[in-house]
Amino acid sequence: MNTRDCNHDSAMAAPSRGEAGLTGHWRTERPVLDAAQCLPAKRGKPGCFLCWVYCPEAVVARAVPPAIDLEYCKGCGICAAECPAHAIVMIPETSANETPGADPGATPETP
Amino acid sequence: MNPPAQAASILTGNEAAAAGVRLCRAQVVAAYPITPQSPVVESLCASVAAGELDAEFVAVESEHSAMTVCIAAATTGARVFTATSANGLAYMCEQLHWTPGARLPVVMCCVNRAMAAPWNVLNDQQDSMSQRDAGWIQLFARNNQEILDTVVQAYRIAETTRVPVMVCYDGYVLSHTVMPVCVPSQEAVDGFLPPRAPETLLDPDCPRNLNQVTLADPRPNEKGQLCHGYMELRYLLQEALEGARAVIALVDEEFGAAFGRRWGGLCWGHRLEDAEVVLVAAGSLASGACASADTLRSQGIAAGVLGVRSYRPFPGQELANALRGARVAAVFDKSLSYGHEGPICSDLKSALHSAGGGPAVHGYIAGLGGRDVNASELAQAAAHSLEWVRAGKGPKPTEWINCRIDA
Repeated sequence: MNTRDCNHDSAMAAPSRGEAGLTGHWRTERPVLDAAQCLPAKRGKPGCFLCWVYCPEAVVARAVPPAIDLEYCKGCGICAAECPAHAIVMIPETSANETPGADPGATPETP
Repeated sequence: MNPPAQAASILTGNEAAAAGVRLCRAQVVAAYPITPQSPVVESLCASVAAGELDAEFVAVESEHSAMTVCIAAATTGARVFTATSANGLAYMCEQLHWTPGARLPVVMCCVNRAMAAPWNVLNDQQDSMSQRDAGWIQLFARNNQEILDTVVQAYRIAETTRVPVMVCYDGYVLSHTVMPVCVPSQEAVDGFLPPRAPETLLDPDCPRNLNQVTLADPRPNEKGQLCHGYMELRYLLQEALEGARAVIALVDEEFGAAFGRRWGGLCWGHRLEDAEVVLVAAGSLASGACASADTLRSQGIAAGVLGVRSYRPFPGQELANALRGARVAAVFDKSLSYGHEGPICSDLKSALHSAGGGPAVHGYIAGLGGRDVNASELAQAAAHSLEWVRAGKGPKPTEWINCRIDA
């Protein structure tokens, strides 16, 4: 396959999701959200969302509970540091933990 | 067809450059003042203020911003210009690499000046030589007429190859020295240089991310089309620079047909026939070397001059062909790759090696920071080199001309 077929001589792309490619595999630690601690999840209505506010990669969805897109989350841990309820913990990426694309908000693995 | 008659004016190199930019109808000029470049953009600024040049003049706070404005304006499809020297060029360094990577046809004059420290506003060629590997085409002019003509050619070359062009000329020696210059008519230049073909990248109806993060491997775009990775884009830039050799030569030919002046395309020769010793240099030093060769010829020494007009792309094969039959090339560099040797000397050796051999190559460092170097000194050095090879003395270390320090 020849990349000349793209007919560009400089880099360009229409704005699209993850145009730099999947960046989730850069992660050494993953955020895991405990819905039992998360303020909007506990109240069952939108609120707080500091994880969504602070995420520099815009991979946190403003949902109840907030959903983290692990295909693009680089594992910086800012969400865990900012969460006032300490509902997000960073756990090491190991081969056992690797489930790219999983939604940690929906299925918290550890408290 | 006879070229149209052209009026001769008495112009400095800087005025000749500005005249060229006006004739090319630059639409955006962004610059920051630095000696000895400032009169180029002062002249353009006055033209914009007087309504003679329909351009946006952007006064910026630094050379980094000057090139950034040029990048942004060129991205909208505008024909742009800037000029700088020495530390100003160095201050642009980051954006100098961006411009060719983004494949924008920016044209810039680099009025060659010594790099600090210590401060020195006089001429050598260390500034542009130090930016050799940024991906720009670098053309060196030998006189004020060639400056004007090369600016006009530069837009054709840049817009054909989508590679930015740096028109380099020696500070003071050319920039502030008056010479007769034929200023072509606007009609003639319009005929030679059509408006820049619109390849507008910034389009609100078609939003795109430009020069976005492009990591190692090719990856599909939003439509599933596999796009270049970083390495493919850099391959294309190299391909464009290699291909620019033919474009530079052709544009010079076509310019000659239209205006009656040709500048040799990639490189030019003076009395190269049967030359045993060839003086090699770029810019005004090469021009001065012609007098040296004439003197040597009058003394019975078969000397010639090979001027490097295009330093990047480097015309390795053309230089090797021109040196076929010579015994020694004496290369005069007004700059230095510290810890090695003069850059033209180095590149010539490499080109001759690739071409399968050639004459001995002797390096001379001359004129750093405006140190005087005259035609008889160049002639002396060339004669010395010829004696060296005639005596079968083998490799010769680089010599510094007029450096008053004990080795």
